[in-house]
Amino acid sequence: MNAAEPLKCRPSDYKSEVKPIWCPGCGDYHVLMALTRAMAALGLPPERIAVVSGIGCSSRIPAYTNCYGFHGVHGRSLAVATGLKIARPDITVICASGDGDGYSIGGNHFLHACRRNVDLAYIVMDNHIYGMTKGQPSPTTEPDFDTALAPGGTGLRPFNPLVVALASGANFVARAYSGNPNETAELIVDAIKHPGFSFVEILSPCVTYRPDQRSWKDRVHPAPVTPTDDPARAARRLMTDDGFNLGVLYRGHRAPYTPPTAAAMVAPESLEEEFEV
Amino acid sequence: MTAGANSVSVAMVGSGGAGVLTTGEMLLEAACAAGWNGLLTRSVGPQIRGGEAASLLRLARSPVECMADQFDLLVGIDWVNAGRFGDEIPLGESSVLVCDPAAGAPPPMAANAKRVIELPIAEITKAHPAWRANMLALGAAGHLLGLDESALHGVIAKRFAAKGSEVVAANVAAAAAGARAVDTERGRVALAPVAQAAAKRWLITGNEAVALGALLGGVRFAAAYPITPASDILEWLAPNLTKVGGTLVQAEDELASVNMIIGASYGGVPSLTATSGPGLSLMIESLGLATAAEVPIVIVDVMRGGPSTGIPTKSEQSDLNIAIYGMHGDAPHLVIAPQSVGDCWLSAQWATGLAEALQAPAIVLSDQFLGQAQTAITRPVERPPTGKRRVADGANLPYARYAAGGDGVSPMAIPGTARCAYTADGLTHTERGTPTSGAHDHVAQLDKRRDKLDGHEYGPLWATIEGDSETAVLAWGSLTGVVREGIAQARADGVSAKLIAPRLLLPTRPAEMSAALAGVKRVLVVEQTHGMQFLKYLRAHYDLPAEVSVLHRPGPLPIRPHEVRQRLIEGGSR
Repeated sequence: MNAAEPLKCRPSDYKSEVKPIWCPGCGDYHVLMALTRAMAALGLPPERIAVVSGIGCSSRIPAYTNCYGFHGVHGRSLAVATGLKIARPDITVICASGDGDGYSIGGNHFLHACRRNVDLAYIVMDNHIYGMTKGQPSPTTEPDFDTALAPGGTGLRPFNPLVVALASGANFVARAYSGNPNETAELIVDAIKHPGFSFVEILSPCVTYRPDQRSWKDRVHPAPVTPTDDPARAARRLMTDDGFNLGVLYRGHRAPYTPPTAAAMVAPESLEEEFEV
Repeated sequence: MTAGANSVSVAMVGSGGAGVLTTGEMLLEAACAAGWNGLLTRSVGPQIRGGEAASLLRLARSPVECMADQFDLLVGIDWVNAGRFGDEIPLGESSVLVCDPAAGAPPPMAANAKRVIELPIAEITKAHPAWRANMLALGAAGHLLGLDESALHGVIAKRFAAKGSEVVAANVAAAAAGARAVDTERGRVALAPVAQAAAKRWLITGNEAVALGALLGGVRFAAAYPITPASDILEWLAPNLTKVGGTLVQAEDELASVNMIIGASYGGVPSLTATSGPGLSLMIESLGLATAAEVPIVIVDVMRGGPSTGIPTKSEQSDLNIAIYGMHGDAPHLVIAPQSVGDCWLSAQWATGLAEALQAPAIVLSDQFLGQAQTAITRPVERPPTGKRRVADGANLPYARYAAGGDGVSPMAIPGTARCAYTADGLTHTERGTPTSGAHDHVAQLDKRRDKLDGHEYGPLWATIEGDSETAVLAWGSLTGVVREGIAQARADGVSAKLIAPRLLLPTRPAEMSAALAGVKRVLVVEQTHGMQFLKYLRAHYDLPAEVSVLHRPGPLPIRPHEVRQRLIEGGSR
């Protein structure tokens, strides 16, 4: 994030008048609540924040905030956020995505955003399903989950986003649950403040296509360990946990990406000289 | 007097490590130092390094924009795989062949050249191991051209300065020996001398010119994914953007590079990426996003042979269709095609200004020939009109980012501006940017985006129009120079033709084209595609006269001026 005089703000200062398209009971309402609480806690003026997203239920979130928003094409939100942050390092950039947008069609950008380590916060609302297109399996869907597109289940091992993030170089890896908006807000604040690429996976139930996910509230639990800065230890924890450990699971010290700068500026017209005969 | 009457074309061929490409560059540089103009292209085998190579040069008294009908001089340092260049190096009876008798039989294409000058490269380099074969060839070619020896030696000294005075001396001695070894009586190819040019001149490639033009047009952010033949643009921008306070970032793929520049431009920074056909195909979805969200971006497409991977190192004009029609939905945008190496500079600067002023994506449609040809040219003096983005300052509230009406260009709020926060959206949206699926908003925004482009006054840069005749030749891009020279050749035969070459391919300019075609009874369309894409584009958008013919060929073989002349003479407009 960028240092500025904190304002006295309320979460409602960051909410727009646009009515969400989400189903009643969708976990994303709580993510929006957590996000606006995080913004209020940071005390940044709304116009100093940009929320960038792709396509999917979760990606509708920018317009529901009073910040600058960018709702682009499917899977490319991290690329837009990267370009924006590098061009405008003074703006606090939050990138929002879902499991289809972020882990499937946008999977390559996820790897390289972790590796590039631009100072962004990346929040992924993971409900293990494509909700907007009405219930197809996503990379995090369980192998035996029955859908019209994959009758009887995909038979595929789910993608493990936190392990992938760690292996790809993310500087901050956390898991949150939308049903705990206060804790989720704290994790988002932490992610925004932490330098470099900070990844927060938010378990956010889809009550329409995954009513079974109502049980998540009983399955989630705070991680029984303190955050580590040792990637090997973090990898072991992430690969062996039950998928419901909440909290900061890795906190690295890698310096964020900074573009090269010139020792001295020159006038653009002077660049013609190299071609002169 | 036309350039064609005062130019000499030289081809040099040799196998990997023979230094053919370096030799070509040095000959162009020396000719340029002696006051001539010129054009250099290269042709290489498929190997990444060390394959057979050809330097193809045309040196002239005045600037040239295309290769000539045939080569006057072929210098073979050796003949390993040289036959592969047969189609690219047309020779005639008056052509001169310089070769080493010890190198074996020349390739079939050399059979046309009846005048042969021997250059005993193997014999000389055996006696003088420090002398390089390519320096002998350079000296020989320079001598046959009548190039001032001091200009050549100056270039050698500059090129090898870092390697020390001994290396410089050996190479100068080798060039001098090459000059002495050839007998000019057996074949003269000398170029008429010129007085030292007074105007400032550039030695530049089209890719460098595009990059410089974009930078002068205000581009300060670039995202890069390497692709032949566009990487040169990005490699030039990487250090030079930094020098002017901008940034280049390497993306993981073209989907990322185009979205990175959309993000940067949304942040208020004029942005560009450069690619070729396969990359443009990947970027197309996001070009639609830039259109719908009204984010200005510039994409340079340096066309190569297609479809699919095609011929990465050779030129073609076959990305016209995707550049014009590639996007789904009705997606008005800008397509601008440079017509010469020097024009790459002007077109890129113009495209950047238009994209910014009209808040729309602009495709600069260059090609491998323009991009990688190096020319010595008079520094262009014409500056294109500059364009600036109209930005919101929070004065008119409530802020409606996509307010329709007026000229269709609505002020864009830049993140950081208070009271103007909005969400840019690829979904159909209201004037405030809120997603909607209503018919009224959909039509209103489609109208807005069409009208802002169609209603803009583009001025005379929209096309190059030269001459007056009942016959017109319509061409675009790098074929413009070929057609100009073909028309000049036909004029010598008493046949006239008018040249009409649109630089602005989109939005189309029906009224301006009608004016350009007034009184024209027949049209010849010239293009480098297999599928006649330009002809079909013209037929779709413009009223052409009844009599239309087309001269078209896909890459990699260039269309040459005499083919245009021939078609004009057959068409018979006297």
